[in-house]
Formats: sequence, structure tokens, C-alpha cells
Amino acid sequence: MKKQSLPELQKICSQLRRDVLRMVHAVQSGHPGAPLGCAEFFVALYFDQLHHNPNFQMNGKGEDLFFLSNGHLSAGWYSVLARSGYFPVAELKTFRKLNSRLQGHPATHEHLPGIRIASGSLGQGLSVAIGTAQAKKLDQDKSLVYVLMGDGELQEGQVWEAAMYAAHYGMDNVIATVDYNGQQIDGPTEKIMDLMNLKAKWEAFGWEVIETKEGNDLAAVIAGLEKAKSLTGKGKPILNLLYTEMGYGVDFMVGTHKWHGSPPNDEQLALALEQLEETLGDY
Amino acid sequence: MTSNWPLPWNNWKKHLAIIDLSIAKDKKMSLDLKYTYTEKKDTRSGFGDGFLEAGRRNPNVVGLCADLIGSLKMGDFQKEFPERFFQTGIAEANMIGLAAGMALGGKIPFAGTFANFATGRVYDQIRQSVAYSDKNVKICASHAGLTLGEDGATHQILEDLGMMKMLPHMTVINPCDYNQTKAATIAIAEYEGPVYLRFGRPSWPIFTPTNQKFEIGKAWKMIDGKDVTIFATGHLVWEAVVAEAMLREEGIHAEVINIHTIKPLDTEAILESVKKTGCAVSAEEHQLNGGLGDSIAQTLIRHNPAPLEYVGVNDSFGESGTPTQLLEKYGLNAENIVKAAKRALARK
Ligand SMILES: Cc1ncc(C[n+]2csc(CCOP(=O)(O)OP(=O)(O)O)c2C)c(N)n1
Repeated sequence: MKKQSLPELQKICSQLRRDVLRMVHAVQSGHPGAPLGCAEFFVALYFDQLHHNPNFQMNGKGEDLFFLSNGHLSAGWYSVLARSGYFPVAELKTFRKLNSRLQGHPATHEHLPGIRIASGSLGQGLSVAIGTAQAKKLDQDKSLVYVLMGDGELQEGQVWEAAMYAAHYGMDNVIATVDYNGQQIDGPTEKIMDLMNLKAKWEAFGWEVIETKEGNDLAAVIAGLEKAKSLTGKGKPILNLLYTEMGYGVDFMVGTHKWHGSPPNDEQLALALEQLEETLGDY
Repeated sequence: MTSNWPLPWNNWKKHLAIIDLSIAKDKKMSLDLKYTYTEKKDTRSGFGDGFLEAGRRNPNVVGLCADLIGSLKMGDFQKEFPERFFQTGIAEANMIGLAAGMALGGKIPFAGTFANFATGRVYDQIRQSVAYSDKNVKICASHAGLTLGEDGATHQILEDLGMMKMLPHMTVINPCDYNQTKAATIAIAEYEGPVYLRFGRPSWPIFTPTNQKFEIGKAWKMIDGKDVTIFATGHLVWEAVVAEAMLREEGIHAEVINIHTIKPLDTEAILESVKKTGCAVSAEEHQLNGGLGDSIAQTLIRHNPAPLEYVGVNDSFGESGTPTQLLEKYGLNAENIVKAAKRALARK
């Protein structure tokens, strides 16, 4: 895929946000908050960073792979997959409906191109990503494995089992990103179960940690991912702490857990869409 | 059904009879058995040897284990293929996820730990990352059932077959001896899809042929009979073979069918046999709830509601003891199969 300029990529971010809001609004269910905050990440990854093959192959040999561990960001992932050519954009309108390939949480069962493992039950994606990265090492396949997790998700013990494994085995072909939006379902992570010093925690687990402080600034997100990539192949797994704002892009949704899993009503949708330019055509 | 169980677990002290096991064993040996043995071995060793063989046949076979390499007999594979073997530490949830990831990358992972930690502890991981995602992962579960013995109930899982057979896409296999376990292990490496393979710790008679062909999903009629069918799985297939000889001494001709694959269940073989015999017994080292007996009952009730009696653990946990003592106390040995067969016959 030809690399696009920053303004072009910005347009995709705006369209992704529109897709997400229209998708969850249409079925009055789903999770708008985190995908709005991760729009820049999704676009930077799929349109700038990943060396991937849109002619989908499950085993992903020879290409970079991405796993969405926090599967409730499905609307955002489906949008970026469709917009980057994995399946028709029109299919976004089937999101969460009966007989759709776009299940509420990502699944392989319906054979949606781009999805390699089911997610939704939190805490499992890092293990899967590391397993795939291990298979790549066995095959001397130099491509990379990316995974996104939520910050609340890090409260799951399995994440730290996986973290330990990755450091022990020197999984330096793994780039894990944490959507560090400080929110989870019941409130701010700080109040629910304080993650305290995440950077120090991951470092103590033997990971190379980078911080992307401006997680909703596209140029910063790309720079962060470039930095992460430059650190691969040096014996350590890489953790990208991505500081985002839940609900970013819509003034009345930003920065609160209230929009973690609530769809906008008709009026709210109209208000939100006014703030987001339709750049590539709505589905 | 409940009334058939003489040893409710909360009353166990009352029933602490000293059982003369050596006499019981000698009695078995003097029987005219249709299958005999010269050697005993644990089924986990069958797994370990089969795993090594599968690894030699296919370079994509890889292994994972959560700090139980010796117990699972995975050490020979590890020694021969160190680069294809991954010690995960005591982190079973991660191990299942890793295996799913390796499978989607084209490997054939065999993930091994004790049956309890391979199922109940990681049910959601297996459900989402393996079964629902249809990943070619082989979950290898040792020390299943009561016969792990002295470690007691924390380790004696009796619910694993039920949990695993409830999962869509999952194949569930419980072979009966060393040879069959080895053959099953080689066979599942060649089969594409998630598999739960259950085996055990005790030294057990080797009574099936070496180098047998293992056909997943195909029941094996070991002994022809006309009066009652005994459907047995795992270690209890041997008890069924002994029970058949005991019944024959009394003029009762039992058919013995080895159900090594619990899912997919060979319903055709089950129905064909019961059509002939008219009644049946199921025998398994597992809870009655959710076990092989349940699967057979479902089949019979839909197509041929013949009398069925169960041999299994009746809604209780296990405890410490030797394997033979435990099978005796919990009503899972040949004598109990004989009794169940007679009950089934009486209901014909
Ligand atoms: C194992 C598990 N427990 C609970 C849930 C329910 N759940 C879905 S999203 C979520 C909050 C996740 O928080 P975070 O990872 O910070 O995501 P964000 O709120 O930023 O979207 C919870 C508890 C789940 N999906 N999986």
C-alpha cells in the first residue's frame, strides 16, 4: 500500500470516528468510547505501519499481524479493516446484526477477513500474539506482531503471565500497545483498581517501554510506532504506553467512562457527526 | 439412580471398610479374560512416546508445558526438539493463549498439564481462543480422574469430559491403556482441529495391540455379546473386560465397546449394539453429570430408549488413596460394572 500524507490519514481518522458512531447508533449497542480514542492508532497502524497483505491469509506468514485483545473496540477495528480493503465498506452496516460477519466482538467463526482470533473476554490477546510471534521465530519470519490492550484489561492476571513469558523468551518481535485512557466500565481505573506506575511495572517485567504521550496526535502516534519498531530485534518485547482520551473527537463524549459502552441517541449522533467531517463517504 | 450408591461422600467414615485388594486382584487374574496383559504402564507414558513420534513425523508439532514436563512425560520430546518445546512456567491461561497463537501461525501445539489445570482453570481461554476460534490446539491432560491417587480431590478432576464435550468444535478423547494412548496421540497430530486428550497416572494393564491404528470417533467393539452392552472409556475399559469375564461365568454374555472418543460420539455403533442386546451400562472415571453415560443416554433416549445403568462418580469429590482403593470405594471397578449390568438386565 502506498503511504499517504498526514492530512490524508487525518481524513481517515475522521471517517473512522463517523463509522464507529453510526454503527453503534444503528443497533443501539456497542462501545464507542475507546475506539474514538484509538482512531489515530488504528489508522497509523493499518495505513502507515503494518506490512500486511489485504488478501487475507489466516497464518499471516511473512506479514505483520495485529491482534485486538480488547475486543469491545470492534467497531473501530471493523472500520479500519473495511477502509483498508479487507472487506466491503458497505458491510459495516451489518455490525451486530443477525447473520453478520461483524459480530459484537471479533470472531473467526464467520470468516471475516482480518480477524485471526476471537476476543472479547479480556486478558487473552497478549498470550495469543506472543504465541504467533513464537511461531514466526520458529519459521525465521522477520515480520512483527502487534497487539492492543485496554488499561483496565491489565487488571487480568493472564496479561502478566504473558508479560513474564515474553521477557523470558526474548520476544523482540512483539509490539504491545496499551490504550492508556484511564477509564474502564465502572469509572476511572485509578478508582476502580489503580494500575499505579505502569511504566515501572512493565519495565520490571523485562519489557522495553516507550511512552506516546499524545495518543490522539496522529504524527505522535506514528512516531511512537516508528520508535517501537526501531527497538525490535534487540532481545526484549516492546510496550507502547499510548496516552489517549476516551471519546476523543466529540466534545461531549471526551474523557469520561460514561461513553465506554453506551451508544448515542438520534440527537446525540447528529451533534457528534457535526464535529466529524465526512471525508471518504459514509457506508 | 442415587439410591444405588452405597458410599455417599459425606458418610465416608462409616464405610471405611478395609478392602482386601490382593484377593480381588487374584480373582480377576484367574478369570477367563478375552484380553490379557503381560505388562503395566501409565497412559501418560503412552502420551509421551506418541508425542515424540508425532514430533518426529511432523516438524510443525510443538510442545508447551506448565512446569510438569516430567509428570506429563514430555521430556523426551523436549530433549530431541529443544527449539520446538516451550516451558511456560506455572501459567496455564497464558499457555492456552500461546498455543492458540502458535496454531494460527501454522504450528501444531500440544499443551500439557494436569487435567484439572488443563480444563477448569482455563475454561474461558479454551472456549474463546481455541474452540470458538477453531484453533488446531491439542490440550493434553494427565492425572485425570480418581486414579491419580494420593494427591486427593484438589487434583482429581471428574468434570473435565463434561466441560470439554460441551464446547462446540472440541473433539474429546479418553484412551484406555498405554498403546491406545500412544496411537491416539499420533492420530490427533494428523487431525486438524481442537482436541482434548485425557490420560492418567496409574500403572495400568496394557491389553490393546501395539502399533494399533487409532480412528478418531470410531468406537471399537472389543468383545461380542448378546445380553447387555458395556460402554466404557479410559481406565474403565480394562474393568469392563474383567467384568465381561465375571458375567460370562454366570452365563451372561456382555458386549464390550471401547468408547475412546467421547465426542464426536459413534452413535451408530452404540445404537447397533443396543438394538441387539437391549440394555446397556456406561462406565467412566468421571462424574455421572456430563460424562460418557450422559452422552449415551441422549443417544438412546432419542432412538431406542433401552435401560441404561451408570458406573461413574455420583456428585461427589474424590479423596486420597491408592487407585485401586479409590475405584473400589467410589464404585468404579469390575464388580460394580457386573452389578450395573445385572440391574440393566433386570429392567429389560
Ligand atoms: C474477562 C472479562 N471481564 C469483564 C469484561 C467486561 N468488560 C468489557 S470492557 C470492560 C472494561 C475494560 O476496560 P479497559 O480495558 O480500560 O477498556 P476501555 O474502558 O478503555 O474501553 C469490562 C470490564 C470482559 N469483557 N471480559
